[in-house]
Amino acid sequence: MSAPPLLEIKNLHIDMRSGQERLNVVENVSFSIGAGETFGLVGESGCGKSITALSLIGLLNRPLSVGQGEILFKGQNLLKMNGSELRRLRGNRISMIFQEPMTALNPLATVGRQIAEMFVLHQGSTWHEAERKAIAALAQVQVPAPDKRVKNYPHQMSGGMRQRVMIAIALACHPDLLIADEPTTALDVTVQAEILKLMQELCDQRGTSVLMISHDLGVIAKMCRRVGIMYAGHLVEERAVADLFRHPAHPYTHGLLASLPVLGQRTLDERKPLQEIEGIVPSIAAFPTGCRFEPRCTRATPICRDTVPGPSILGDGSFVRCYHHG
Amino acid sequence: MIPTILAVSLLIFVIFSVIPGSFTSSLIADGKGRNDPKVVEQMNKEFGLDKPVYQRFGSYIINLAQLDLGQSFRTRQPVTHMLLERAWPTMKLAIAAMVIAILIGVPLGFVAALKPGSLLDTTTMIAAVSGLSLPQFWLGLLAMYVFALTLGWLPSFGYGDGGIRNLILPAVTLSVAPLALLARTTRAAVLDVMSADFIRTARSKGMNAYRLVTWHLMRNALVLIITTVGLQFGSLMGQAVVIEKLFSWPGLGSLLVDSVSMRDIPVVQGAILMIVLWFLIINTVVDVLYAVIDPRISHG
Repeated sequence: MSAPPLLEIKNLHIDMRSGQERLNVVENVSFSIGAGETFGLVGESGCGKSITALSLIGLLNRPLSVGQGEILFKGQNLLKMNGSELRRLRGNRISMIFQEPMTALNPLATVGRQIAEMFVLHQGSTWHEAERKAIAALAQVQVPAPDKRVKNYPHQMSGGMRQRVMIAIALACHPDLLIADEPTTALDVTVQAEILKLMQELCDQRGTSVLMISHDLGVIAKMCRRVGIMYAGHLVEERAVADLFRHPAHPYTHGLLASLPVLGQRTLDERKPLQEIEGIVPSIAAFPTGCRFEPRCTRATPICRDTVPGPSILGDGSFVRCYHHG
Repeated sequence: MIPTILAVSLLIFVIFSVIPGSFTSSLIADGKGRNDPKVVEQMNKEFGLDKPVYQRFGSYIINLAQLDLGQSFRTRQPVTHMLLERAWPTMKLAIAAMVIAILIGVPLGFVAALKPGSLLDTTTMIAAVSGLSLPQFWLGLLAMYVFALTLGWLPSFGYGDGGIRNLILPAVTLSVAPLALLARTTRAAVLDVMSADFIRTARSKGMNAYRLVTWHLMRNALVLIITTVGLQFGSLMGQAVVIEKLFSWPGLGSLLVDSVSMRDIPVVQGAILMIVLWFLIINTVVDVLYAVIDPRISHG
């Protein structure tokens, strides 16, 4: 057996309480991330990627809460930790980058101060030391003139610069795990590429594991070795990225890949409409009892409607949850 | 600022020329004197009330430009002198009321927002709505009855020697409405900031609730709270009219009420001008505070 993974999520359930009802927003999700590994989590908006990520650092807000399951970080169950134990991990060992660099930073505090907070919180630095470290941290994310930039407020920076600041904050304490929730979705394509490259370089240097959440398969292909596909709160497929792109097993993954536009392809095909997956993601209150993709699936049979398919092992730790995979 | 003052002055002139009654008629309306047309005519002439409105307005503005507010019809004292005498008691009252409102209202709203839906939150908000709805004169009478007449702790009315004992009851009564409003606004502001993305970022950094509030929440909520404080501070001058009358407080408000009923136009003009100035000064202070707190607002 190899060394235990850095993060292991076992049968995670996330519930949403509305009145007396309990809705399973995320059901039975399991995956693990090894040390230094970049794991991708893919799915459309509302499939539960982000709340899965937030649950890892105990930041779910009401009405959401973890129903059952285990989240093992270096062998310790995060769900059994008390508030102050979790706070010592948060930002320090596990940190997070969010989608909107425009709103994720406090508009009334300098970026230097917002980076410096990390050193004060987790390394017991004085504010004076912390400010010096903040300049170094800004330099590491390749912000030019960091000694001047630390005095800037977020509104004085571009989106790309702000996301660099977010990365500087997240990586300030050299965490073991970085959760990146759609870190480049709000950015221009060229800036996207720079930010991704920066993240990859810094994390590679430091051996930081990354949980990369995205709906952009291109980003996942570039950054990750392994990837999990989520649909309506279920993890439907987990594969090595290369295998996934070559032989998608789940019908949903199939559909996702088929609906990717290929640059220039439409002109060759005489402007054939883009391919899409028929139907829409069911609302949380109306999740099917069986396979949640069944209403949109072309391969569906009666068994799909009644029971949730268990994982079919595809070798090398990969699996797919589908009765008719292939 | 000058256009505002011109507009307000014009408005007062127009209103007083439209509503029935004048200073002279108010003198004979008490039923004691006889309605002698000769006397009325002479008095009208003396105070310039026989001239048309536009002429009176013109000469008023020209005098105002020379910082001359004219003489009171009633006391024949310079209006400036009367106003300055009355301004300090009113400011004292307004400031005391605002300090009470801020010191109690803001923390109350804060605590309520930290546990929304809790017993404390609901109680505070019900009390706040009641505070906003209760008529001030009734609250004032109640306070007088309880603390002055029944318990005998405080004087029931008057300015006394200008000390704090006479100030307490009117200031507390005047503070109820702004206190209630501030508690509600603070609660709303804190809840608003609480749901902001940067608060989630702050939590993901691993800070405890105390640091979250002091490092990130307070300053942002303050921007919203200051708006309400400024607006309330201004309108307190208006609300003070009722309280001053009730507690026989020798301030601008009671002077204004007396002067209106006597149609003592120069004094009414002057008193309203003071209130307008007060509003403008507070607005300016608020704008400066915004720029100090929020770097996105340029100092230019």
